[in-house]
Amino acid sequence: MVRVDGGGGTSSLIQVRGLSKTYSRGGEKIQVLHALNLDVEQGEFVAFMGPSGSGKTTLLNLLGGLDVPSAGSITVAGDEITSMSRSRLTTWRARHVGFIFQMYNLIPVLTAFQNVELPLLLTKLSKAQRRQHVETALGVVGLSDRMHHFPRQLSGGQEQRVTIARAIVSDPTFLLCDEPTGDLDRKSADEIMELVLRLVKEHHKTVLMVTHDPVVAARADVTLHLEKGILVEADRLQTVSGGGAR
Amino acid sequence: MKFLGLIRANLFRKKIRFVLTIGSFAVALFLFGILAVVRGAFSGGVDIAGADRLVVINRTSIIQPLPLAYADKIKRIPGIKEITYANWFGGVYQDERNFFPQFAIDVDTQRKVFPEFDIPEDQWQNFVKDRQGAIAGAATAKRFGWKVGDRIPIKGTFLGGMWEFNLDGIYHGTRRGDDETQFWFQWKRVEEEMPARLEGQVGWYTVKLENPDDSLRISKAIDSEFANSPFETHTDTEKAFAAGWVKQFGNIQFLIMTIGSVVFFTLLLVTGNTMAIAVRERTGELAVFKAVGYSDRFVLLFVLFESLVIALIGGALGLGLAKLFTMGGDPTKGLLPFFFLPTSAIVAGLILTLLVGAASGILPAIGAMRLRVVDALRRV
Repeated sequence: MVRVDGGGGTSSLIQVRGLSKTYSRGGEKIQVLHALNLDVEQGEFVAFMGPSGSGKTTLLNLLGGLDVPSAGSITVAGDEITSMSRSRLTTWRARHVGFIFQMYNLIPVLTAFQNVELPLLLTKLSKAQRRQHVETALGVVGLSDRMHHFPRQLSGGQEQRVTIARAIVSDPTFLLCDEPTGDLDRKSADEIMELVLRLVKEHHKTVLMVTHDPVVAARADVTLHLEKGILVEADRLQTVSGGGAR
Repeated sequence: MKFLGLIRANLFRKKIRFVLTIGSFAVALFLFGILAVVRGAFSGGVDIAGADRLVVINRTSIIQPLPLAYADKIKRIPGIKEITYANWFGGVYQDERNFFPQFAIDVDTQRKVFPEFDIPEDQWQNFVKDRQGAIAGAATAKRFGWKVGDRIPIKGTFLGGMWEFNLDGIYHGTRRGDDETQFWFQWKRVEEEMPARLEGQVGWYTVKLENPDDSLRISKAIDSEFANSPFETHTDTEKAFAAGWVKQFGNIQFLIMTIGSVVFFTLLLVTGNTMAIAVRERTGELAVFKAVGYSDRFVLLFVLFESLVIALIGGALGLGLAKLFTMGGDPTKGLLPFFFLPTSAIVAGLILTLLVGAASGILPAIGAMRLRVVDALRRV
């Protein structure tokens, strides 16, 4: 069960303790996150909401090992990623994190198949094994018939599905989604959300998602709000930070 | 190997830019190839000149003669295997533009000193017996369509009159770049027709040594032998003599280096700029690479490799074109017998290409390596 009071056990898949992030901008220090705690279990689907600048994407970047915190720790499946070197963090990301971005961020000169294959090129899998994994991932997202299309030949929804296939192809520990439906119409957004829910329910994936859309957030197991760098559990409307409820 | 598809896809991302960048490398390396050919054409004689031969000329100038009597005195100096002599003739065949070097040679010693020129034995024997005989180099014979048995009229310049020769043989060089443009005839024939004041005089001597290491000692010995005489000598290795000859055309090496440097510096700016633009355009994509687990080092090598591949394709194309362009041989029909693109120049060109490719790619590659995923994704 998702907790933000720092009281989760060591069995949680993701444990965040006292996480802070401060940026320096023009000589001024801006604290984006204030001593956050978070516990997420395997197979949970958590949505993060909040106004622009509240630190949602910063939190996601920290959880994905793309950025380093100013204070605090993040432990994923027993690995404390906040103490890892940059190169070790890169290797860790390849094994444990699947990223889904708002703008898809597909490589335009590669086909859907090649885009999905990208993370697998870093593994020791044979060409045949890679092909099998990619075809499976594209099958899961329903794009088996589009695997040799380039991104420009796909709709926005299809592009996002390729991104999801790329994120799941190496069977990561958890998925980080940054506004995955933010650039899509309602119908496409619903399709993507159905897909994400299937990944959680059928494939037991852990998903952490940033969104502005309450409809999308409502599909998650838990919605957490970030207000001025403080994590708030939506259903209880209770601010929990630094180990205690306010 | 598994990354080849990735590299190929990136190379052809902007086809026009790819072609133009390769084109700039190709043009630069084509120019490099041609400059190397021109340099070789002028200095090839220096490279191929015998290390075991000395040239003895009049100390005043090569156009001043030396007494024939020196031959015996020089040959007595220890370490000398053979000596031959020759005179410059400077005649005109039909038209002054039909230049080729004509030498009056000593038939008894010529082949002992210049074994690299190959002549069929029967042709040589005919030449030895024929006071009006001549031997032409294969290039000159081909140039004028001469065949053995032809009668060759040459108008004398400083000796005057019309000289008729029977072409008794054609020689070939045994090494690449050997001069096949010379025209030889018997020194004795020239001597017979020399004015009394020039009798018993030769243009220069060529001395073959037992051991090339003795060249300095023997040069000094020859020049000392004739010091303070009316005909003082200046002796040098054939290589130094050829180098001195090339210097008369000006500092070809400097000219080529200057042009080459300017071309490559320009190329460096052009390709460096192109690579920088290419990397800047792909900031978001490189961030995705890093996000999904590609290391900083991989990204550095990926960008650098792309630059090297572009350079290598363009360079190989340019050098290939230069090779094709010069395969026809000497365009001056004899003045530049070393007119070809040597393998060493091709290798040097490819190394230079890779260096320029690496230099132009390294800064964008380092920039890509240092790219922070978070910053890059924010810019997308």
